[in-house]
Amino acid sequence: MKELETVQIEPKNRGASRKASTSGKSKTKWGRLWADVARDKYLYVLALPGLIFFIIFKYVPITNLVIAFQEYSPYFGVLGSPWVGFEHFIRFFSNNDFWMLLRNTLAISFLSLIFFFPAPIILALMLNEVRSSLYKRTIQSLVYIPHFLSWVLIYGLTYLMFSQSEGLVNKWFMSMNWETVDILSNPNYFWAMLTAQSIWKEVGWGTIIFLAAIAGVDPQLYEAAVMDGAGRFRRMWHVTLPAMRNVIMILLILRLGTILDTGFEQIYLMMNAPVTQVAEVFDTYVYRVGIRQGEFSYSTAIGLFKSIVGVIMVVTANRLARRYGQESLY
Amino acid sequence: MHEKGWKTRLFSLVNNGLLLVVGLATIFPIYYTVILSFTDPVEYYQRSLILWPRVWTLDAYKHLLSNGLFVSSISVSVFLATIGTLLSLLVTGGMAYALSRKRLRFRKAMMIMVLLTFLFTPGLVPLYLVVRNLGLIDSVWSLILPSLTSAWYVLLMKGFFDSIPVSLEEAAMIDGSNDIGVFWRIILPLSLPALVAFGLFFAVGYWNTYFNALMFINDQKMWPLQVLLQNMLVDPTTMGSGNGGGFAFQVNRQVPTETLKMAAVVIATVPIMLVYPFLQKHFAKGAMVGSVKE
Repeated sequence: MKELETVQIEPKNRGASRKASTSGKSKTKWGRLWADVARDKYLYVLALPGLIFFIIFKYVPITNLVIAFQEYSPYFGVLGSPWVGFEHFIRFFSNNDFWMLLRNTLAISFLSLIFFFPAPIILALMLNEVRSSLYKRTIQSLVYIPHFLSWVLIYGLTYLMFSQSEGLVNKWFMSMNWETVDILSNPNYFWAMLTAQSIWKEVGWGTIIFLAAIAGVDPQLYEAAVMDGAGRFRRMWHVTLPAMRNVIMILLILRLGTILDTGFEQIYLMMNAPVTQVAEVFDTYVYRVGIRQGEFSYSTAIGLFKSIVGVIMVVTANRLARRYGQESLY
Repeated sequence: MHEKGWKTRLFSLVNNGLLLVVGLATIFPIYYTVILSFTDPVEYYQRSLILWPRVWTLDAYKHLLSNGLFVSSISVSVFLATIGTLLSLLVTGGMAYALSRKRLRFRKAMMIMVLLTFLFTPGLVPLYLVVRNLGLIDSVWSLILPSLTSAWYVLLMKGFFDSIPVSLEEAAMIDGSNDIGVFWRIILPLSLPALVAFGLFFAVGYWNTYFNALMFINDQKMWPLQVLLQNMLVDPTTMGSGNGGGFAFQVNRQVPTETLKMAAVVIATVPIMLVYPFLQKHFAKGAMVGSVKE
């Protein structure tokens, strides 16, 4: 049935396009180029919506970055707004907010690096030691779930567990006649709470890539290790972990490249008045000052600063990762 | 490999036990939310600690689903997850297919154009200005068009199309089909399992739309579910008060706001849990595809 349908599609186009490329009349470079483009015109049609998308939503915004050097007003638009040079950058770097944002961003990122990064590795090692495949799959099915839940839902679940008035933890404290604890709007707990949330959401999902690395280990290596009298921990240490080493190193380096990206939704949702000083990061600040308060130029300058630092770090990290990947091949 | 010492047994016991704790810690908050949403109001106020309700009730759900704003937010989210997903598949698929044909002129240039967007993201405000200049603020399209696809999805799908042999395409060409015909009648049906997998991921992404709505949607009637949910969940100490402010959910005295909140969380979670088995079937592949190719 399918063949029937294909025959019906535009028979007039048959063959003509194919031949044009192989024995095109014009042998010149441009002639051949034109013939090739004409031959593949429908491929360009297929690619067109995507191309338009990338131009409008990925490249036009880049041209809008010039407003970082202007005093943008919607009335004059990007072309007509007056130029102010680096004024917005100077204002931002001399602002105390800058140091607060930098501190919060780095603190949250480093906590995530120390606690969140190793979590999936440990979980993958633990899962790998489970003998019953049914049990293993059941646990896997459970821990993958949160990856697909939105941050709003996770905020909801967090609220339900930890809020002072309605949270389960505090209800339990109350039923034991203990004092309730304010967990969600306490600056001392905020960073820990974020890290815990991230681990809860992504630890299971993160194991996938490590489990794949473990699956690639030659079983003979384990047998040889057993012969040599290695127990479980020794096998883990000398066989499984080295097998994961490349993946771990590459992920770690790439993670370092995105150290300024703390994620907007999680922090914005968890933020409340008492914790603002430890919660505000670049992304939330840009949103609040830019979109909410309408200081387009100033917040664009902040965004631009973050993007440039981001590019430098990602490029460096990629280069490191590639070098590491190459060396480890030998 | 079969040492049966007590050490091995103890290790397994501890390991399995710890994993059980991890699994329970994952599922418990979800479980607790579900049972609270079904708890009778009287019981909710009288008992402090509820792990299993004595009386089950659907009051919270009935109340929610009779609320116009809640229903409209669900329809916005359903629209995103269906129409948005279809459009995303078409745009991503078309572009990925074109880029997977090695004979295509300017293929390299287009690839670079896609790849560069990995590297440099200009930030929120420049994108906001584009969406505003297109007149999309408060339009449901502001939640679809700017997130139609991404370099990541194009690359993943291109990797998939790369593996389809060119001979298939050539056979169809001889039968008189053009590239669009080949794509539509041969390539897409062949890649159905992959399309389903991509579609599920797109759909989950659209269903979870939050940040774009925060930026682009001020009109409550156009809110997707996640934004409404956030506004319902916000407690008085929270200053992340969502869009526009002035939002007040009509509170019925008979149904505590807490069980209402939980019912809303459950309703927002149900579609994810429904597609989860399918997601799980596909995502191991999806997560790995990109790392294998090129």
